[in-house]
Amino acid sequence: MSDTQTHAVNVAQNNQAPRGLNLDREDICLTAEDLSLYYGEDQALKGLDIRIPKNRITAFIGPSGCGKSTFLRCFNRMNDLIDSVHIDGTIRLDGADIYDKSVDIPELRRRVGMVFQKPNPFPKSIYENVAYGLRLQGVKNRRKLDEVVEKSLKRAALWDEVKDRLHENAFGLSGGQQQRLVIARAIAIDPEVLLLDEPCSALDPLATLKIEELMIELKKDYTLVIVTHNMQQAARVSDYTAFMYMGELIEYADTDTLFTSPAKKQTEDYITGRFG
Amino acid sequence: MNKWFKTGTPWIWLNAGAVAVSLTMVFGLILMIAVNGLSFFWPSDVIEFEYQTSEQSEPVRVMGELSRSETMTAQAMRETGIDVPEGQEIVVRHLVKRGNRDLDSRDFRWYVEDFMSEWERPRDAVVLERLQWGNFYGYISEFRVDGEVVAEGSGAREAFEARIPETRSLVQQIERIERVEIGRVNFALEQIRLAERGLERDETLSEEARAERHEALQAEREALDAEYSDLEAERNQLRQEVGRYALTLQTADGQESSIDLSQVVNAWWPNDMNIPQKLGHYVVTFWDFMTGFPREANTEGGILPAIFGTVLMVLLMSIVVTPFGVLAAIYLREYAKQGPLVRTIRISVNNLAGVPSIVFGVFGLGFFVYLIGGNIDQIFFQDALPSPTFGSPAIIWASLTLALLTLPVVIVSTEEGLTRIGSSIRHGSLALGATKAETLWRLIVPLSAPAMMTGLILAVARAAGEVAPLMLVGVVKLAPNLPMDGNFPYLHLDRAFMHLGYHIYDVGFKSPNVEAGRPLVYATALVLVLLIIVLNLTAISIRNHLREKYRADSD
Repeated sequence: MSDTQTHAVNVAQNNQAPRGLNLDREDICLTAEDLSLYYGEDQALKGLDIRIPKNRITAFIGPSGCGKSTFLRCFNRMNDLIDSVHIDGTIRLDGADIYDKSVDIPELRRRVGMVFQKPNPFPKSIYENVAYGLRLQGVKNRRKLDEVVEKSLKRAALWDEVKDRLHENAFGLSGGQQQRLVIARAIAIDPEVLLLDEPCSALDPLATLKIEELMIELKKDYTLVIVTHNMQQAARVSDYTAFMYMGELIEYADTDTLFTSPAKKQTEDYITGRFG
Repeated sequence: MNKWFKTGTPWIWLNAGAVAVSLTMVFGLILMIAVNGLSFFWPSDVIEFEYQTSEQSEPVRVMGELSRSETMTAQAMRETGIDVPEGQEIVVRHLVKRGNRDLDSRDFRWYVEDFMSEWERPRDAVVLERLQWGNFYGYISEFRVDGEVVAEGSGAREAFEARIPETRSLVQQIERIERVEIGRVNFALEQIRLAERGLERDETLSEEARAERHEALQAEREALDAEYSDLEAERNQLRQEVGRYALTLQTADGQESSIDLSQVVNAWWPNDMNIPQKLGHYVVTFWDFMTGFPREANTEGGILPAIFGTVLMVLLMSIVVTPFGVLAAIYLREYAKQGPLVRTIRISVNNLAGVPSIVFGVFGLGFFVYLIGGNIDQIFFQDALPSPTFGSPAIIWASLTLALLTLPVVIVSTEEGLTRIGSSIRHGSLALGATKAETLWRLIVPLSAPAMMTGLILAVARAAGEVAPLMLVGVVKLAPNLPMDGNFPYLHLDRAFMHLGYHIYDVGFKSPNVEAGRPLVYATALVLVLLIIVLNLTAISIRNHLREKYRADSD
């Protein structure tokens, strides 16, 4: 692409702003307003603003160390576990500030579930893994537990594979199955949002495909936010994509626009593989 | 050569060699203890021979068990004053267990082979295990009932043999009455005595109430006194029944003596037994050893109180140290802010494991026994003062001292277990809305249970073998009562107890009869080793079970 063409695109975009991001018809689930995060003295996120629509898949892409995982972890306050972290700005979930002092963090995490990069099932049975969140909430009724475990495993497309060995150790499952188990565990407590932090990076292509299909299935009921390294994945599954670089949100648009006609040079360079 | 070094082969040999040496030492040790300890119960043959040290001296007949033999130079023998014939270079001498301590003060004696003649193994030679004076070796010449001789010679043996089971059961009855029934009455009487003293000191009571209580106690005491005299009468009657029967005995050198059947614990004719009979005898003696009470300054009888005391102490210690150590480790690892202070604490805890155990004993005596125990007595057991209840060495203080001693082991292993559980599992739980405490108790603590068990295993292994500190805080040479019996509150934590380790020391090094005690030392050591192995295996199997339950990737 020549300089003049890039310029032309930029001009066109500036004129029709916000081209490629029309959230008017979406319900907004999560918003970040001027969010900055510091690790001690180092600023890792620099005044980010974003609006994440409900029942959609929003992907965060960007090179390693750009802060996309850190950003994701702000939405369920997992960054609070790190002592040196300091956060400015606000994040709203359905309009309420989740960094308010009165917020009950476990309650927030129940509403905003999370799936990690490496499958992390508990060294318990498959059944107990899925039932863990319910048991935390004090559910003891066996029938209710059975019901939710089955439902969750079915929704995570794992039921048929494990229904005969529910009481065996979860470590007997393959990596892809473990990741789906972790998703089942997360949706068993019926969250509103599901944060996925590079959920497929430790999986083979076939298992990745299954997870991707699952994500598309899940967005009917949940708002999904996914961090991924894999741009094809972002292009395949997400409705909206945000490109981050060096702690800044460079560009946020609907996925088609971002991948076909990015507004910023950095975005284009990244998605065409010139750096990253 | 250089190339050979580069291949690493010498390293393999070196490492394998180290393993081989360690294994040899461990198995050698166990084998030595086992052989020496287990052979003690085998009814070895009794030999009889004539011993004449010189032409002029009178020959004597000697009977006993061959204990061991050694070869010495004639020179060394001559120096001890034994006249070995000229021209002879080496001399073989035998240590013979002659028993009969009541007739002859030395029951073990060396005999030079050259002066021994007419070896024989008389079939009717009898060994009697007696309540007093150790074993008797000799012959039975008469069997008497109520002072009348009813059988002689081989007939006496038959009559006696027929009488043994009956006598044994009667003796057991007497023992039960003395140990259990009379013990119970005495315990109750002591309680009444204490209650009376409490009554005297209680100033809130009115004169009448006091008199009333006093009378009630008096009535109780009278009832118990009556019970006591009944029991005593019963016991005396049983004794009389047993005492009707007696034996006339004859030693190899012709001395005569007499013994009541009540004094006979066991009798056997080793030269007249075949292998199955010997095996049967072996099993019975071994069982008696394991389940009996010690006699004769611990050199005879069984070691039941020592086994019981050791096990109970280790269990009490485990009950104390496990929760304490685990809670401390959880705080240090999970809650405390990791910094210089926690690091210092951790180093101190680790160093605690290196403090000599006797120092813990001194601490236990000063802190637990005198300070805590003394104060407990002041507050709760004033009636018994000045005689201490908890203010003297006792099993509870021994257990607490050992718990303190093994605390570092439990803390360190638990901490290690907690560290090994990675953050990914913790985050998984937190992300599901668990609080930190919920994550800990529902996930982290159960997952690190195997590590806690490892700590407990190490603690048990160390505690069961520890003797030095116990001598200061609760172990005694001979405890009149077990720390657990049928009297309320059943578990008497304020009692001193016997311990296998101390028993070994006592029998081996402080008993008046070292030769007689030697096999007992081995047998007791064997029991101690086996006991530790059993305790460890139990803990290990529990741990493996837990591991299987919480099987994780990393294992």
